[in-house]
Amino acid sequence: MAREEHADPAAPALRARRTGAQILWEVLRQEGVEVCFGYPGGAIMPAYDALLGYPEIKHVLVRHEQGGAHMADGYARASGKVGVCIGTSGPGATNLVTGIATAMLDSVPMVAITGQVSSKLIGSDAFQEVDIAGITLPITKHNYLVTRAEDLAQTLREAFYVARSGRPGPVLVDITKDAQQASIDYVPHTRPVRLPGYRPKHALHEEQLAKAALMIAEAHRPLILAGHGIVKSEATRALLAFCEKTGIPVASTLLGLGGFPASHPLALGMMGMHGEAWVNHAIQESDLLIALGMRFDDRVTGNLKTYAVKAKKIHVEIDPAEINKNVKVDLGIVGDVREALQALLPRVEPKARKPWSARIHELRGDSAVRDIQNLPDTGHLYAAHVIHDLWRLTEGKALVVSDVGQHQMWEAQYYRHDYARKLITSGGLGTMGFSLPAAVGAKFAKPGEEVWVIVGDGGFQMTACELATCAQEGIKVNVAIINNGFLGMVRQWQEFFYDGRYSATPMKSPDFVKLADAHGLVGLRVTKRDEIAAAVAKARATEGTVVIDFRVEQEDSVYPMVPAGADLHDMIRRPSPLVEKADDP
Amino acid sequence: MTDRPTLRTFIAYVHDRPGVLARIAMLFRRRAWNIVSLTVGGTHVAGLSRMTIQIEADDDAARRVEANLYKLLEVLWVKDITREPSIKRDLALIKVKADATTRAQVLQLCEVFRAKTVDVSQEGLVLEITGTEDKIQGFLEVLRPLGVIEMVSTGMIAITRGAEAPPIEAWLNVGHDRDDVGDDEAAE
Ligand SMILES: Cc1ncc(C[n+]2csc(CCOP(=O)(O)OP(=O)(O)O)c2C)c(N)n1
Ligand SMILES: [Mg+2]
Repeated sequence: MAREEHADPAAPALRARRTGAQILWEVLRQEGVEVCFGYPGGAIMPAYDALLGYPEIKHVLVRHEQGGAHMADGYARASGKVGVCIGTSGPGATNLVTGIATAMLDSVPMVAITGQVSSKLIGSDAFQEVDIAGITLPITKHNYLVTRAEDLAQTLREAFYVARSGRPGPVLVDITKDAQQASIDYVPHTRPVRLPGYRPKHALHEEQLAKAALMIAEAHRPLILAGHGIVKSEATRALLAFCEKTGIPVASTLLGLGGFPASHPLALGMMGMHGEAWVNHAIQESDLLIALGMRFDDRVTGNLKTYAVKAKKIHVEIDPAEINKNVKVDLGIVGDVREALQALLPRVEPKARKPWSARIHELRGDSAVRDIQNLPDTGHLYAAHVIHDLWRLTEGKALVVSDVGQHQMWEAQYYRHDYARKLITSGGLGTMGFSLPAAVGAKFAKPGEEVWVIVGDGGFQMTACELATCAQEGIKVNVAIINNGFLGMVRQWQEFFYDGRYSATPMKSPDFVKLADAHGLVGLRVTKRDEIAAAVAKARATEGTVVIDFRVEQEDSVYPMVPAGADLHDMIRRPSPLVEKADDP
Repeated sequence: MTDRPTLRTFIAYVHDRPGVLARIAMLFRRRAWNIVSLTVGGTHVAGLSRMTIQIEADDDAARRVEANLYKLLEVLWVKDITREPSIKRDLALIKVKADATTRAQVLQLCEVFRAKTVDVSQEGLVLEITGTEDKIQGFLEVLRPLGVIEMVSTGMIAITRGAEAPPIEAWLNVGHDRDDVGDDEAAE
């Protein structure tokens, strides 16, 4: 077998008798894993038993494997390192599926380890046997079934390498119980992983860079579309240098927020379905879009037929399969975004862009008037108020993990992110229940950060069991439940597109303050805007996880909104108070 | 350049490992690409299999098929040979009715189509024919009135003309283990 040749013969002194289970932890330690998130069961018990011999690896007992996968995901997004989660065979493995898919859609480096029934039982429908490699085929970057202890070390090292290299993604390693139990002579593998045929890196081509520079020089209304790739390739500084030299403004995707500082004069804000109106209009008027590490998701383009028809398009992307997938581009550059920006920098010229910036300013129009921050105080508590105040009170420095729904969009609009890796959210899969466990993972990655969860009453209840994990681990995250009594985002669609028929969206919830209390945690409730500051201060001062139940306006909607499949410039806007006044009898 | 979907032929060298066929089939299913034909077989290099894949795709989709195939770790090298001078063949085995009265007629058709007789029994013959799918279809049509009992065909295999070798050895030797090497550079 090709595998054995990787063992380093130069290190015979390190040879020792090890079980597969021990090898698992040795390789994890070698890969620099400090913490993993898991849940035991029959088929993974040998690994858990061996874990006791490796106290330097912290294991966090989760309350549901989905939470474990999201924790590994949050850990990875906050740190840039590979997150690790563990589950047993069968139901343990299937519980990981949503978390793995979430990581896949957002290209998060993760290694998921599952126990499997013994190799001789495979295929027999044994107790808790499920073909998790088969199930996760389309939602992993790659996956493995290991049936022999001899193959374990090499496979695990490959798994980590594959997870973090190129366009990152989750890798699952399914390990049979007998492979964990078997003892073999083990020599730590130190040689680099060799994977003939795997092409994680692509060289930049001179002609393409020259062509890009020319297109940029010729453009009058250029716009950068900054995606998750900016964060992943740590390209913030390169992007700043590039923008400041060229004067090109930056629009961000949801996952790109923070990759370019929101307070920078060239930062326009978020694009797409709930993007800022002027950003979407600017895209439609642009004559050159420079897409950096983003993939033209349907939530950012709207109707493809009318999307940015006046613009030439340059697409810089690490994954060649993304180029020309949704939007046809004039120039595709396959490569690392940071490297591409660095290579482009000396080739571009400074250019004054007065008319274009004036035009973008004009496009802002009456947006400020329509902004809920500027509407007359009705005494109601709006989600936007909560998030805006939280941004102000934390000076924009918190690491925020948002869930999925209206509150997620308000977070993106009102918490202005100046730093990369300080907004963590499930963008691609849109997984409700992601935020609390992902925040736990992020806190383990960045214990010094102030971590806030912004979550809906619906999403919170999907993984609220992880409060118990917070309590057991004694870690501190602050949970802001934006409690509107509805599955708000779905309710909003029902209001707009289904004649206000609220089918299965009103939601009755437990008393979240008592729920926190039941976990031995502090719970607070806020019903008025002037109570926000005190509650936030109390949460920040309290040791341990705090839950705040923000009782917000129930039927507010997120604006602007591009209806699914509509033209990007065709937005539903928040009714302007001035317009409303005119209509008053 | 064509924007309309046309029939494309890809060849792919893949590591001969468990599950590789499932991965490729899953990729095509997930991306909603319809496989017209897919054949897998051995190669002159130990541990590698070679696939010939036919699908309907326009130029853009064809490029993405290639890019997505490369994302599979088992895939070593892919080439769209649609526009390359190449030899494309199917092999079919056809069991046809042939008694004393019709046998001569069947054998005559075999001659015309350069098919071989590989089994003879009282009531029938098994014929072997290689060629393009068109040729095999043509043969099948003329046999049909005589009574086709069963047929099986391999699906298309293809190879480019000339003496150029696929850069398989080069790719097998590139490790992709160093983060500082662009892999394009490494092999080209
Ligand atoms: C697991 C999952 N199920 C269903 C959905 C569909 N969905 C998207 S947003 C939403 C409502 C979320 O409600 P809540 O968590 O209360 O947040 P809100 O929109 O009210 O802020 C639903 C049901 C989803 N994204 N994820
Ligand atoms: Mg809600």
